Amino acid sequence: MATNKTYWKSIDQLDQNNPIVAKLEQNEFPEKLPEDFKKDDSKIEDSSSSRRDFLKYVGFTTAAATVAACEGPVIKSVPYVVQPEQIRPGVANYYATAIADGYDFASLLVKTREGRPIKIESNPDSPSLGCANARVHASVLSMYDSLRLKSPKLNQSDISWDSFMSHFKEKLRLLNETNKPVVLLTQTFASPTTKELINKLITKYRNIRHVTYDTISESYALDAFESIYGIRGLADYDFSKVDTIISIDADILGDWQGGGYDVEYSNGRIPKKNSGDSKMSYHMQFESNMSLSGANADKRVPVTPAVLKNILAFIYGQLTDQPVKSKLESDIQKSALVAVNKIKKSGNKAVLVSGIQETEAQELVLAINSFIKSDAFDPNKPKLIRQGNSIEVNKFSEDLIKGNISGLITVGVNPVNNLSEGIEIGEAIKKLDFSATFSMKMDETASVSQLVGSLPHYLESWGDYEFKLDQFTLAQPTIRPLFNTKQFQSVLIEAIDAGVDDYYSYIKRYWTNNILSGNSFSKTLHDGYFTKSNPTKNLEIENFKDLIKKANSLCVDKEKEMSLILYPKIGMGDGQQANNPWLQEFPDPITRVSWDNYLTVSKSDADLIGLKNVNVANGALNGSYANVSLGKVKLTVPVLIQPGQATGTVGLSFGYGKKLGLKDQMQSGVNAYLLYKKQNKVHQVSISPAEGFHEFACVQLHNTLMGRGDIVKETTLEIFNTKDKEYWNPVPKVSKNHIETKVTSPEVDMWQGFDRSIGHHFNLSIDLNSCTGCGACVIACHAENNVPVVGKVEVRRSRDMHWLRIDRYYSSEESFESDNKTIDDIDGLGDSLSTFGEMENASENPQVVFQPVMCQHCNHAPCETVCPVAATSHGRQGQNHMAYNRCIGTRYCANNCPYKVRRFNWFLYNKNDEFDYHMNNDLGRMVLNPDVVVRSRGVMEKCSFCIQMTQKTILDAKLEGRDIKDGEFQTACSSACGSGSMVFGDINDKESEISKSKENDRMYHLLESVGTKPNVMYQTKVRNIDKT
Amino acid sequence: MSSHYEAPIRKPLVTGDKSYHDVTVDIASAVEGKANKLWWIVFGISLSALAWGIGSMVYTISTGIGTWGLNKTVGWAWDITNFVWWVGIGHAGTLISAVLLLFRQKWRMAINRSAEAMTIFSVIQAGLFPIIHMGRPWLAYWTLPIPNQFGSLWVNFNSPLLWDVFAISTYLSVSLVFWWTGLLPDFAMIRDRATRPFQKKIYSLLSFGWSGRAKDWQRFEEVSLVLAGLATPLVLSVHTIVSFDFATSVIPGWHTTIFPPYFVAGAVFSGFAMVNTLLIIMRKVSNLEDYITIQHIELMNIVIMITGSIVGVAYITELFIAWYSGVEYEQYAFLNRATGPYWWAYWSMMTCNVFSPQFMWFKKLRTSIMFSFIISIVVNIGMWFERFVIIVTSLHRDYLPSSWTMFSPTFVDIGIFIGTLGFFFVLFLLYARTFPVIAQAEVKSILKSSGEKYKKLREANE
Repeated sequence: MATNKTYWKSIDQLDQNNPIVAKLEQNEFPEKLPEDFKKDDSKIEDSSSSRRDFLKYVGFTTAAATVAACEGPVIKSVPYVVQPEQIRPGVANYYATAIADGYDFASLLVKTREGRPIKIESNPDSPSLGCANARVHASVLSMYDSLRLKSPKLNQSDISWDSFMSHFKEKLRLLNETNKPVVLLTQTFASPTTKELINKLITKYRNIRHVTYDTISESYALDAFESIYGIRGLADYDFSKVDTIISIDADILGDWQGGGYDVEYSNGRIPKKNSGDSKMSYHMQFESNMSLSGANADKRVPVTPAVLKNILAFIYGQLTDQPVKSKLESDIQKSALVAVNKIKKSGNKAVLVSGIQETEAQELVLAINSFIKSDAFDPNKPKLIRQGNSIEVNKFSEDLIKGNISGLITVGVNPVNNLSEGIEIGEAIKKLDFSATFSMKMDETASVSQLVGSLPHYLESWGDYEFKLDQFTLAQPTIRPLFNTKQFQSVLIEAIDAGVDDYYSYIKRYWTNNILSGNSFSKTLHDGYFTKSNPTKNLEIENFKDLIKKANSLCVDKEKEMSLILYPKIGMGDGQQANNPWLQEFPDPITRVSWDNYLTVSKSDADLIGLKNVNVANGALNGSYANVSLGKVKLTVPVLIQPGQATGTVGLSFGYGKKLGLKDQMQSGVNAYLLYKKQNKVHQVSISPAEGFHEFACVQLHNTLMGRGDIVKETTLEIFNTKDKEYWNPVPKVSKNHIETKVTSPEVDMWQGFDRSIGHHFNLSIDLNSCTGCGACVIACHAENNVPVVGKVEVRRSRDMHWLRIDRYYSSEESFESDNKTIDDIDGLGDSLSTFGEMENASENPQVVFQPVMCQHCNHAPCETVCPVAATSHGRQGQNHMAYNRCIGTRYCANNCPYKVRRFNWFLYNKNDEFDYHMNNDLGRMVLNPDVVVRSRGVMEKCSFCIQMTQKTILDAKLEGRDIKDGEFQTACSSACGSGSMVFGDINDKESEISKSKENDRMYHLLESVGTKPNVMYQTKVRNIDKT
Repeated sequence: MSSHYEAPIRKPLVTGDKSYHDVTVDIASAVEGKANKLWWIVFGISLSALAWGIGSMVYTISTGIGTWGLNKTVGWAWDITNFVWWVGIGHAGTLISAVLLLFRQKWRMAINRSAEAMTIFSVIQAGLFPIIHMGRPWLAYWTLPIPNQFGSLWVNFNSPLLWDVFAISTYLSVSLVFWWTGLLPDFAMIRDRATRPFQKKIYSLLSFGWSGRAKDWQRFEEVSLVLAGLATPLVLSVHTIVSFDFATSVIPGWHTTIFPPYFVAGAVFSGFAMVNTLLIIMRKVSNLEDYITIQHIELMNIVIMITGSIVGVAYITELFIAWYSGVEYEQYAFLNRATGPYWWAYWSMMTCNVFSPQFMWFKKLRTSIMFSFIISIVVNIGMWFERFVIIVTSLHRDYLPSSWTMFSPTFVDIGIFIGTLGFFFVLFLLYARTFPVIAQAEVKSILKSSGEKYKKLREANE
């Protein structure tokens, strides 16, 4: 080491001029420093590094070793090189767009965080289809599906889009030159530009025939409408405008004719005071399967499909005073007469709708509505969201199987899985000269096609739609395409050399020229919708012919065999989102079974055939298997005994049993499309019992209310109008010093309340009248709060994690009212034993009620007192908080919750191969809401009143220095609730809607007698039941 | 000495012509001798049960509570059932040693040592459950009010679970001290007899330097009395507080003011039954028939009969009050208990706990060793069911029918329970081989008054 050190023995030595030192050195024996003292230094002195250098080296190497030892948690995140202007970390951006996947059509707002779409919201301003259903809410997760097609393919191997296009164009050219027939089989686009592009394609390639194919057909209704009004569309109805709704097998709250009717329907179902008495609509439902609409109806008549046709014919005859040879049994005729009288009484304030799949029937419906001049009926603005033509589809499949077609291009449809003759179609496609499939998944059709074009998800796409005549919607991408995908429209643009670069430019040009008539494109894009103001044409050119003959043709004989009615499930629809774990785990609103489809059978038929439903030791539900035979097709299907199922009918839902493009866990259920012959939903089938039991994952194992009328309070419109609130909505009382005192009175309260008058105090009101049980809130809650998916096995063990559930109860007798009466009339021990046993079983045609239940945020919360570590405690704003980090997982809080809304993390549900759902892969985790923590194993979780949303509202207002307006406070569920049955807000704002709800006579709290003082309130259900 | 006088009609508590030295030899023999084959077999079985239990616990803690059969509605089942069951069993020890000491019941002296040992071992089992039933047991120390740096976080003194923490730990520590105090002269006895230096060293450590001076004895007596006074309220408090876990809740079937006395009676009931089970075997295996006599067993049986009847009255009172309350949820909860899907559990409990002890009214039966043994097992099965019935049948159908479901245990639930049984017997078997299983010093103090030999001598003199 280089050193400047000098060694010295005394300080004087340092002074070289010191004479004494010099003199001493001159001594004969000068005392020098011993040699060995400096011995080793000689080497060190040779080196050039100093002591400081040494310290530097040591310091650097230590620091370097330390830094190298700690690997920072860098998880493949790439920072922005250029910060996008619009994206601020932590601040969500909303974009207006639309979904139009051929089954679901809706205008939407999409919430994006840091450039990722994470949640779908309804677009409340949109004049048409602005309300997202459960499937649409869940569709954001389908974008992050790890099994999506990631690039185009030729003969199952990846290629580039350039070579895809050259192949595609070359093949089309060759086929065109040889004039070989090519079919373009597409979903319903309802898109003006796509329509124009396809027309241009067909003009260029004359050998191409375009067939529109709706997976679940509304063809008969379209045919009827087209034959009368001359436009292929569906009549639109506004159910809020009428007093009487008669539905003959129309699931108006489900997916009947494209759906989207629940908002207006619910609107008319809330008793409103006009002058004098309160009024609400009367809803009567004739149907075979228990549908969501039937469950909400005031009167429901379960009958077989043949009887349904007779009923329609009968009603037509009665209304028009014409003789119709209907074959109705007397009791059913009586019910039909009730409907007739209701329609006659209401006049133009009535509407009749039907889902019977016959052109004649649909024509009768149009005729009846135009005859009574129904206010709800609007043929001038038909809906265009279904265009499929079953006759053409059937002809196409015949042609294909016979070999009359040389080329096939499919877009957004999966005929191999979704047509009954799919297997033959698959074989035929393999033999074609040319086949191209445009799909998001490597599904059954894509896997047999030569060319597979990978489509982007709608959140990555441009689009324009005309859901209803003259009502336009624009869709914009909310993220760059995740994979190497291309929209079909872009492919068309290239194929026909449309002269623009991309689909966006094409849309902009088309809209500017044809739609906007001078209005701003950017503003329309921002709003998401545009309504053409000039009413183009009046469609009321009525063209009804031979109606009485058609009515008589509907008077068919009763079925000799069992009728199978195929239907779409609320959660699964046509099944294109079958790989979406949220939807798989979504319990069906009626049966509350998740992860399955099943044959719904009435109790009496089940007993007759020998089919059973049993509960095993841990409560889980098992069902027998049954063989369903239709011609050559034989399916083995699990059986679920369904109260309300018409005797002589069975139901089976579409959308399950897919095998390709799905994870193993999602390949649940059976493929009902195999029975969807000629796209007809009703068939005569034979049913026989099969071996074994199926294990269902049902979240509600007890179906009846057991006469507990204070859980779901209800009354009839008559009583509601004539009697005092005390009569039909009494507050429970307790005896204090032998004086009956209301449980809400502070006198019987053993706790001291906090002063809640300062700041916000959140309440949530749920109107049981307008809640249809659609379940959009359940999925919205899932998405907002990062609720884990636990899978079929765990749901079966009663361990579903839903923070918000919609309880569904059946009455044990014909109505809940008589249930309550039975309980009150119990006399003695023996009677109570037998009566309670009987009440566990639902009636054959029960009344149904839906009750959304989430954490009630009790002001006197039983969970809060029992937690040993105070992990759950009360907030100043009324919420019952849950500090996940503090929770040690004793589950005492869940046991002590009278509402059983607390959910425990039994396992680690994220990054765990045992739970291989979206939280187990990087792509799926992109959907997680960064504002909500992902819970770990061993902690309790539950509804938080979306505190991340309310806090954001408060902070935004504070930042902007303003008061918070009513309606700004929302939770995921309340904003997803299109029907407005969930109202959230601050009761300290006396003008707010929630404050009014609190003062409503119908208001009650769940289990008020327990004294928990919840911050969630319910509005008593009023049924419009006419005793006459 | 007048204190050595006892009415001749009282049966001797120590039979056989035992001199002071005989007592010493009899009690030290188990410690000084070698274990026989049977001991090793039973010990082996217990040890393997413990191993299975440890395996199940490791699986639970590493994977999650999901390995058990619990669900969203039934959040406690076997875990808390086992907890309350073991705590209940742990009740007899303190009752016998403290309460009977205060009441000057001499017959307790032959059994108090083992009863207390049983108490401590079963409280150890009980203490396991509140910890492993947690979702995150590694944070169990958060239930202790220790100063921390988590901010202002503190435990929730409103929570009955927290009261449990205090109740159980107090009970365990007082019982342990009481037990050890009593052991000191007996350890010293073994120390004095020990020939091997290692053994001598160990026992001299264990006996805390007991010298046998009069001052030692005086302090010994005083401490025993003070501890008995301290422990007596604990007999009532521990199970009262355990019952608060349920009684303070809002769940029908749990929310019951009768629970504290009912739980205490049930605990004494099951504790005495377990003492009977253990001692009937031990008196045979360790040749202690002269110390733990038929009379002891009979007296225990009488306590079992009385507490069993108290429990029976409590069950019936519950049913009556449910009906009388007029609360439909309450009424249904009890109707469902007796006739719902878990009717078999309810009627097992009724049969084992209420009906079977009634046989003890017959002297012939209550003095039959075999019969007493069978009943003691039956009672503990019944008491396990009692806790299962209270916990599971109340939870599985509470307020909202939509949440009703059932519970069924997994092999892990069963494994952990078997494991605690194994652990308990491992501890007890080790105890039987290394500890003086009868409080010989105390027995010697009553030998003159209640020993058969001296009674006979007295009779002969008169």
